[in-house]
Amino acid sequence: MAPWRSRMGLEEKLPSGIVLTSVEKLAGYMRKNSLWPATFGLACCAIEMMAAGAGRYDLARFGMEVFRASPRQADLMIVAGRVSNKMAPVLRQIYDQMAAPKWVIAMGACASSGGMFNNYAIVQGVDHVVPVDIYLPGCPPRPEMLMDAILKLHDQIYAEKLGPNREKVIKEVELAAMNALPIHQLKGLLA
Amino acid sequence: MSTYADPYASSRETTEGTVFSVTGGDWDSLVTEIGQAKEERVVVNMGPQHPSTHGVLRLVLELEGETVTEVRCGIGYLHTGIEKNIEFRNWTQGTTFVTRMDYLAPLFNEAVYCLGVEKLLGITQDVPEKADVIRVMMMEFNRISSHMVALGTGALELGALSPMIFCFREREKVLDVFEFISGLRMNMAYIRPGGVAQDLPVGTIDKVLATVKDLRHSFKDNEKLLVGNTIWMKRTEGIGYLDLAGATTLGVTGPVIRATGLPLDLRKIQPYSGYENYNFDVITADTCDVYGRFLIRINELEQSLRIIEQCAQKLKVLEGAPVMVADKKIAWPAQLAMGSDGMGNSLNHIREIMGTSMESLIHHFKLVTEGFRVPAGQVYSAVESPRGELGAHLVSDGGTRPYRVHFREPSFNNLQSTSAMCEGSMIADIIGAVASIDPVMGGVDR
Amino acid sequence: MTQDQQGAFGASSTGDTSGYGGLTQAALNIGSSQRPFGGYFDQVADDLERAYPDFADAIERVVVDRGELTLHIKAARLVDVALILRDKLKFEMSMGVSGVHYPDDKDRELHAVYHLLSITNNQRIRLEVSVPDTNPHIPSLVEVWAGSNWNERETFDMFGIIFDGHPGLTRILMPDDWQGHPQRKDYALGGIGVEYKGAVIPPPSDRRSYK
Repeated sequence: MAPWRSRMGLEEKLPSGIVLTSVEKLAGYMRKNSLWPATFGLACCAIEMMAAGAGRYDLARFGMEVFRASPRQADLMIVAGRVSNKMAPVLRQIYDQMAAPKWVIAMGACASSGGMFNNYAIVQGVDHVVPVDIYLPGCPPRPEMLMDAILKLHDQIYAEKLGPNREKVIKEVELAAMNALPIHQLKGLLA
Repeated sequence: MSTYADPYASSRETTEGTVFSVTGGDWDSLVTEIGQAKEERVVVNMGPQHPSTHGVLRLVLELEGETVTEVRCGIGYLHTGIEKNIEFRNWTQGTTFVTRMDYLAPLFNEAVYCLGVEKLLGITQDVPEKADVIRVMMMEFNRISSHMVALGTGALELGALSPMIFCFREREKVLDVFEFISGLRMNMAYIRPGGVAQDLPVGTIDKVLATVKDLRHSFKDNEKLLVGNTIWMKRTEGIGYLDLAGATTLGVTGPVIRATGLPLDLRKIQPYSGYENYNFDVITADTCDVYGRFLIRINELEQSLRIIEQCAQKLKVLEGAPVMVADKKIAWPAQLAMGSDGMGNSLNHIREIMGTSMESLIHHFKLVTEGFRVPAGQVYSAVESPRGELGAHLVSDGGTRPYRVHFREPSFNNLQSTSAMCEGSMIADIIGAVASIDPVMGGVDR
Repeated sequence: MTQDQQGAFGASSTGDTSGYGGLTQAALNIGSSQRPFGGYFDQVADDLERAYPDFADAIERVVVDRGELTLHIKAARLVDVALILRDKLKFEMSMGVSGVHYPDDKDRELHAVYHLLSITNNQRIRLEVSVPDTNPHIPSLVEVWAGSNWNERETFDMFGIIFDGHPGLTRILMPDDWQGHPQRKDYALGGIGVEYKGAVIPPPSDRRSYK
């Protein structure tokens, strides 16, 4: 969970309980149904993203056909394509310019992990630069796969907590990550 | 200067003058500061993240009011090091890398690379005719899909939204054909050294002919909307002027140089893959501007459809012909088929290599692990991609891996002409000019 | 151009258990081709000699291979030859510069390869210039073909060849403050190992493979 803090004020005054849960559900419902993506199409995945926004695989039915060019007005950054070392600071600057609440989908193998380009020029996964909510594999992923990722993100957004509940969840996730077994110690799972 | 230091609209003095950083905030203080500056010129940075710069292109503009006095392109934001990466893979694996350079015309990248490898191997005559016909057909379909993106995004950047939807609708039909034949919509790695990866599935020719008929009908939507449209012509006529002398010295090829009147098309003057056997025209215009290039692209669509129909007629006769060279030490061995869990090695092929033929097993093993060896030397092969002359300079040292692969990308060379086209015009015209060059940043930066 | 190769596997860090360690592949050296060259190459060579009498000084080698003509030119004479080719022999278009790094070719490590197209005569030739690592200077062809501008910047960025007389030789593909020239053979590919369930898959430059 990306650790941006929402400062709406209202939910911080409310005690955790039934009222806050209803506010969470309402806010989640509103947010997920009009998620505006920021244009961050870089390479081949950008073409599939455009195809997802075009006539056949219509993103407008999710309220997402407006790809806002200005990151100030966008909620979702779909990093579509390979991020080179020259582009990484620009990526971070665009992410910083977005206002919370904001989410990131790493679309494609290159955005998720560097893809087939394991070399000097490509950042091996944009999670080195921005916190990612959904990793979408594929080279490039079909528009239907992108829509599946967006729908999974919608479920995540709907379930997100606000206020003191959110602080609690962030602390729990951080503790779990600190105590997790590192990958090189995960032995015996090659089957 | 303002007494209050605005964190969102700050200014600082540099050797080039005052630099204003704008990250949102108070425009009034910014405008007052600019107004107080003695200089009339303003340097503005467009991109690399910008909806209208056709990809991750950074344009640095020096403006005097609305007129652009200087424009410089900053590229390299998509540099992937593909050329160096290929040096660590074998010759067949190079196809999958090369495909992703110019991602709107992946089959052209593959074709030029494979033509180069075949030239180095010396097997250009041995490539079977069916493979050549399939290559030509796929390349012409790719030309259509690439021009659709060029027209759609070009129109979108100039403010026309409907052509974008129309163009992507036609593109989807072409991508359906690609998926039917090769299994993937984009970046297919279908053309391999020696031929194509697998044979055409049953029903291809009918599907192709039906798609051609459909496209011929649907292309009229765009034509009726844009050709002769006053607003479109006002935005594109006389814009982005580049004449023949400028184009030749800058090394610009493709629709841009054909818009000056020169019918430079490699398919006609230096044919490859059997292009000399097809009837088609080279489209030119003589207005040297954005409108001319737009008309060229629209008319090239019809020529591509003509070539595809001729390919389909040829394919009807070539049922059952091989699609890979006869030399088993080079031919890619896999025959793919749809199984219960997706596409994989066909059971017939597995039965053959495991049960019947020891040589097939050895060939399959050696080709997949080691790859074939290519005799030493260097070669330059070129094809006519939708953007211009796409060339591959391949150097081999006799081994299984390329020693050096360099692609002469048309987008890279064409983009140099932006300054020549745009200086002296208005900002809005730059967008049109860049859209008419149609650069694909994956090809520019590789 | 290349040296003798020992063994058949690429990675030298791990022990070679293949049994192919004793294989030696001889080095390759491409000599000069003899006349007649075939096709239009003889006509091009004759026209060039007629238009540029000092041609024998400027040229190091003529190679005709796989249907293509390559003229190896001395770096100092490059601009003269290019001007003659453009004006007298009508090679109007340059397809750009391609750099190649041969670390084993002592004193001729960096090659710059120019492909030229004559639209009038429908001919293609290739010019190749070799310079040593210690003094990688080649005269710039921006005055002859303006389109060489970005191509020379790219070759400088990737190989470190310095083009004298270029109006603005800076990095074009890598960030401006990048150190090193990536496509040289002594520059590492730079990949990282991928960890997966206890195993590490090395980057492609470090894997065992056939040469």
